[in-house]
Amino acid sequence: MNWSEFFYMGGYAFYVWTAWGITAFALCWLFLQAKLSNAKIKSEIIRQIAREAILSENNADSN
Amino acid sequence: MNILSSIWKAVSRGFHRLGSPREFYTISNYLTPVFGALFLVLSLIGSYYALFVAPADYQQGDSYRILFVHVPSAWLSLFIYVVMASAAAIGLVWRMKMAFVVAICSAPIGAAFTSLALATGSLWGAPIWGTWWEWDARLTSELILLFLYFGVMALYYAFEERRTAERAMAVLAVVGVVIVPIIHFSVEWWSSLHQGATVFREGGPAMPPSMLTPLIYMALGFTFFYGYILFLRARNMVLSNERKSKWVRALLQPQTLQPQGLPSKILQAESGKEGTQ
Repeated sequence: MNWSEFFYMGGYAFYVWTAWGITAFALCWLFLQAKLSNAKIKSEIIRQIAREAILSENNADSN
Repeated sequence: MNILSSIWKAVSRGFHRLGSPREFYTISNYLTPVFGALFLVLSLIGSYYALFVAPADYQQGDSYRILFVHVPSAWLSLFIYVVMASAAAIGLVWRMKMAFVVAICSAPIGAAFTSLALATGSLWGAPIWGTWWEWDARLTSELILLFLYFGVMALYYAFEERRTAERAMAVLAVVGVVIVPIIHFSVEWWSSLHQGATVFREGGPAMPPSMLTPLIYMALGFTFFYGYILFLRARNMVLSNERKSKWVRALLQPQTLQPQGLPSKILQAESGKEGTQ
């Protein structure tokens, strides 16, 4: 079997490749979205910890 | 009997450990990459056999290769709903924090697979049935499933208070589970364009091994993918929900974890000092 025949899919190329393509796209999207929101949540919490560290430091200075 | 009771004790201890967000975070740290790796291996092998090795169908030619993404998506759209509804029920009955997390994190994944099942089915129907969409029992009930997933998500995000949101979402998820048998049996109860069950049916699968094997690989691979994404999302939600707890703070202390040197920069900028020696 050669490659052009393979991509031709017996004339159903558009339907088969679109179906496989949107599936691959959706799985990648689910993965990336989970990874991005992980980075976002972690940096939010780290910022919060840093902010509170400064506040307690300033309080210690003024006392 | 002693062995049985000790097994039961071990299982219930494991269940209780997973029920605590902190323990879940620790255990899932090891399980998550395993699920991801299993997904990759199974779906790559499955794709290879589905696209290169399996023969063309004698009636539908190569168009039937959509089956290898359509059936696993459809299977997961139902499987995820059952997991979500069970988790929601456990959360409602035993007030388990992690059960609600599993339920709400499953909803968007389920919605994604339901959309995929509908879209790939439409792409298959266009050349074979001659129509992209028909208001037939199987297609319509699957569309209702998609709206149920959206409803569960919308209900959760509609409430400010998390406890209320969790309970409201869980009630809808549990009530909506009636759609699952309706979808499964829709092709038997009503006359439908959609074909009947070919894998889970009386008398075994009506499919040659050359087609059935890659399908099983794909279905298993997709199921592990669901587990993988569920763990990733649940870990995010646990971090977010428990952000005030000591263990999350210890985990993300600037001394132990410094992504992009963020904390020290913020420290300098926000304190307005020259340095923090």
